Amino acid sequence: MNLRELDAQETGRRIGDVILAVDSVSLAFGGVKALTDVSFDVREHEIRAIIGPNGAGKSSMLNVINGVYHPQSGRITYLGKTEAAMRPHDAARRGIARTFQSLALFKGMSVLENILAGRNLMMKSNLLLQALRVGPALREEIAHRKRCEEIIDFLEIQHVRKTQVGRLPYGLQKRVDLGRALAAEPRVLLLDEPMAGMNVEEKQDMSRFILDVNDEFGTTIVLIEHDMGVVMDLSDRVVVLDYGRKIADGTPDEVRASQAVIDAYLGVKH
Amino acid sequence: MALQAGTPDTFPKLLLQHAAGRGNDPAIREKDLGIWQTWTWRGMRDEIEWLACGLAQAGLAPGAHIAVIGANRPRLYWTLTAAQALGAIPVPFYEDAVANEMTYVFQDAEIAFAVVEDQEQADKLFEIMPQCPKLRHIWYDDARGLKHYTQPELASYESLREAGRAYAKANPGFFAERIAAGKGGDPAIMMYTSGTTGNPKGVVLTHDNLVLSSRAYAELEGLRPEEEVLAYLPMAWIGQNLFSYAQWMAVGFRINCIESGETMLTDMREIGPTYYFAPPRVLEALLTQVTIRMEDASAGKRWIFRHFMDLARRVGARILDGEPVPALERLHYAIGKLLVYGPLRNALGMSRIRVAYTAGEAIGPDLFVFYRSLGINLKQLYGSTETSVMVCVQPNGQVKPDTVGPPMKGVEVRVLDSGEIVLKCPGLFRAYYKNDDATREAKDAEGWFHTGDAGFFDETGHLKIIDRAKDVGKLSDGTLFAPKYLENKLKFFPYVKEAVAFGHAKAEATAMINIDVQAVGDWAERRGIPYSGYTDLAAKAQVVDLIRECVEKVNADLARDPKLSGSQIHRFVILHKELDADDGELTRTRKVRRGFIGEKYATIVDALYSGTERCLVEAQVRFEDGRTGTVRAELPINRAKTFAAEPARAAA
Amino acid sequence: MNDTLGRNLTGAFFVLLALGAGSPMIFGEARLPQWLEVVLGGLMSGVLYSLVALGLVLIFKASGVFNFAQGAMVLFAALSLVRLMEKLPFAVALVATLAIMVVLAWLVERLVLRHLVNQDGIVLFMATLGIAYFLDGLGQTIWGSDIYTLDIGMPKEPKILLEKTFEGGILVNMEDLIAALLAATLVAVLALFFQKTGTGRALRAVADDHQAAQSIGIPLNRIWVIIWSVAGLVALVAGVIWGSKLGVQFSLQLVALKALPVVILGGFTSIPGAIIGGLIIGLGEKISEVYLGPLLGGGIENWFAYVLALVFLLFKPEGLFGERHIDRV
Repeated sequence: MNLRELDAQETGRRIGDVILAVDSVSLAFGGVKALTDVSFDVREHEIRAIIGPNGAGKSSMLNVINGVYHPQSGRITYLGKTEAAMRPHDAARRGIARTFQSLALFKGMSVLENILAGRNLMMKSNLLLQALRVGPALREEIAHRKRCEEIIDFLEIQHVRKTQVGRLPYGLQKRVDLGRALAAEPRVLLLDEPMAGMNVEEKQDMSRFILDVNDEFGTTIVLIEHDMGVVMDLSDRVVVLDYGRKIADGTPDEVRASQAVIDAYLGVKH
Repeated sequence: MALQAGTPDTFPKLLLQHAAGRGNDPAIREKDLGIWQTWTWRGMRDEIEWLACGLAQAGLAPGAHIAVIGANRPRLYWTLTAAQALGAIPVPFYEDAVANEMTYVFQDAEIAFAVVEDQEQADKLFEIMPQCPKLRHIWYDDARGLKHYTQPELASYESLREAGRAYAKANPGFFAERIAAGKGGDPAIMMYTSGTTGNPKGVVLTHDNLVLSSRAYAELEGLRPEEEVLAYLPMAWIGQNLFSYAQWMAVGFRINCIESGETMLTDMREIGPTYYFAPPRVLEALLTQVTIRMEDASAGKRWIFRHFMDLARRVGARILDGEPVPALERLHYAIGKLLVYGPLRNALGMSRIRVAYTAGEAIGPDLFVFYRSLGINLKQLYGSTETSVMVCVQPNGQVKPDTVGPPMKGVEVRVLDSGEIVLKCPGLFRAYYKNDDATREAKDAEGWFHTGDAGFFDETGHLKIIDRAKDVGKLSDGTLFAPKYLENKLKFFPYVKEAVAFGHAKAEATAMINIDVQAVGDWAERRGIPYSGYTDLAAKAQVVDLIRECVEKVNADLARDPKLSGSQIHRFVILHKELDADDGELTRTRKVRRGFIGEKYATIVDALYSGTERCLVEAQVRFEDGRTGTVRAELPINRAKTFAAEPARAAA
Repeated sequence: MNDTLGRNLTGAFFVLLALGAGSPMIFGEARLPQWLEVVLGGLMSGVLYSLVALGLVLIFKASGVFNFAQGAMVLFAALSLVRLMEKLPFAVALVATLAIMVVLAWLVERLVLRHLVNQDGIVLFMATLGIAYFLDGLGQTIWGSDIYTLDIGMPKEPKILLEKTFEGGILVNMEDLIAALLAATLVAVLALFFQKTGTGRALRAVADDHQAAQSIGIPLNRIWVIIWSVAGLVALVAGVIWGSKLGVQFSLQLVALKALPVVILGGFTSIPGAIIGGLIIGLGEKISEVYLGPLLGGGIENWFAYVLALVFLLFKPEGLFGERHIDRV
């Protein structure tokens, strides 16, 4: 039994209905097929992993959900609305936040500013009031700042809150990336290889943060990772992609037992 | 020295006095979510009343012990006072203590109640609960991660506080009555000394002990209610307890709880403490940060920095001590203050410091003089848990790098023929908890406390500490051998992180050395020496030569002291792994456990004395993730030059 | 190692600059009041260069486009204002012109940028070239191609200051002084806007990383409209100041081209770089014109900026404050 099942049993964490469904999505760049007829769904409050060897189409899948890529065929249903594709900022507006494999932080800005930027969508007051910092704008700024400080506290990055992100070590930048995504209070959080390039200790920290996010805020998490060990411990269900096709879908134990997966992935040392 | 009639003699009474007299003054601040939150004395009094009522309802009886575990948090400080108000005795723990280290204390003190900071501490208590069946209640401050815990023993601080608040409303006189029943002679706190051998001992300190010690410091330094103090050291350390709790209550100043260990410097800059206490390792770390930043600066800036730091070394400390300094140099120093010392003090958060203390271990002369030369009134003191840190303090204007000053008012100090220091003072503890043998051993029939430290008075009446009395040994030819003295001299070099000296009952002194991987790493990088980690770096021939130079400088220095010249270090080994508290090689306060290391690395000790060139070792290490592994290495035995003893010079 | 070298180069440049600017004084060639007049004059025209350069940098940072049309925008704004003022009071005309610039920004985003997302820098550059010529034509079609005088009530009389300190005092052109103050105010307001507002934060976020900004829900299109509007505002202020000084005419465009060496000097991505670069060039060309002119023959003012830019392109292509690697161009 994996950690998550145990956790779910002990705590009675409830997994809800399908919140996001990908239906027969195909995507090609020029003649190269990145995704072929991929379908799967994500339930509310679960941690859903997409795994596969390098080049399996994992990142493409995330970019399709997020609206960065528009698939040639197939549909995406999110919160009951079915579309061919979303635009990135629409996805953000509707509660989908993401992190990036190759960090895409605002390097010239401080940690706090990065996380505040993540709340951009929620800023309501108009420009003039913002500039003058009076009345409702000031109250709003304070409220946002408080929420961001809670995230900083949650991710244990108080000591660098005023530091320029570009000057932080990699592991901390990853945490800031997560923090910025969390700032939007997303319903669905897409994590693109959150542990890539990390050492064992950093991976453990990151795993703990992911579990805590899921647990404390009930955020649904879709995560791409190629570190199998991490995925199996974290996720409720796993989709396995290989050469752009889905080859398995199920609980970590089921996936681990699948012959197709063993052939495609587990059996291959890399 | 007795208390005047009418002055509060317990901490809760002091609290009531401040709350009544100057209730709107700030008492404690905490940086939470990036913003400093302040509680006034009155606000704090109410919080403590509710907490005390809650604890009383939960069954905390007079004389019972309550564990307080976590970092510097206002609620944990309040727990101390709330427990004391009920006549119960708080027992603070180091927040980084591992679970099995805590078991003994919980069993020994029969602790049934604990107030903890967070999930991490709560987890440890649940781990030891099977061995500590008396533990019934755990309240936590920070709920993060504890949402799904179902253990009946666990409850939030808020629930305790709210229950207490209701009780206080129904019984308005309860809190004051219980406080009035307390007496100065009652135990106020129990602190376990880490002890280099055997189980830790619970030191029972009374309100009188701590209040008298606090008042002695307040009088000596003219402490005022306006002082700002940073609360950042472990609560379980007597130094922190005396300076951030006992003196806080006695004087009524303000303490400021830092956000986290990593934000210490930022928080310090924001608060600008006026009264500051830091063990040498903290001062060292601060200095390192400055040095690193200066190495990155432009050539012009580096030149200015070096120029003025040289000047400061020559005249800074003398100006601070009020000695005569030529007017031109004074002017020069004033310019330096504008360009370098001022900004530097500001960067260190030390602009407003009036008095700063350092204690806990020997401080390197360079480090000590660095701070003093910037105009920071840093002084050394001598004391221990058993004495409520009330023995010796360097008075203003009479500060020397290698002594701890004359005895404080009301303290009697004698040096026995064995070299051991014994004393009597008002801060002297009542007893070791449930350990009469140890108490009798420490406090003799006439009431003299045997400190276990060896030292002597210099010609100006200042006490000089050289080592633990029991560690002071003799070489086989009868020469005095003070291992810690040698180790400290080695550790004052930035390249040496830890050192362990051997020599008792041997013909010559030898040493094991841990290099400082940061400092030596930088050194190696500047010379283009590649290395992969500690073990690799430690094995480099160039590094061996670097360390040999350090050892030989120590030897040259020792040769000048007629008493210690015989204990020059003949051979040394650079250890293949860093000594670690998790491996039991260091105490939690990072003191080397010489005996333990001697046994664990017996093969190395043998090799140091057997005349071989190399020695093969294996060592168990515990990794961060809890796994253990073995490190194997072949270590060269290195020789160091020794010097002929210089004839004792006539006192200049 | 490289970092130190870069820093030392920058340091050396500033030392040289100070020496160069101070040399007429140091070597006793000039009297102090006269020298002060030259320095002040240089700094004041420098502020105007900074203003146009600022427009360039803003757009470059936010959209990775080198906006060749910035000069055309200056002219267009000045033309619009001067012709509207024939019928409307100054304040109303000013607001109306600003509105025109915002509409222009919106049109540029709608009709041009939106369709060129993810194209190469050179394509976007060519597009702005097109915008520049289009604006030229449009301006002349709507507003005519005469030379207009723009009188916004600036005092034309120079004033003598510090008479007590120096014999004869120093002669200051009040128009320049007011213009410089105006420009400085605008720069300060923009800095506040960028540092202290949520929108400013969003703009900086876009400037830093497009993709990430989109993913946190910052709509790129709207940001582009805002940034082109701000560039329009900056162009308007520059147009007003220059127009009132030189008359509104085609050559305004060319003066605006001085902003190019300024951004090369200051760095394409640095707002402080644009400001300081402008000041340096203004100062440098005035001083060399006045004190070196007699030795080398006149006209230094015309080529000084470009030669300095060339030197920088050779030895420090990222400019004084720019990021070392400019990926987006």
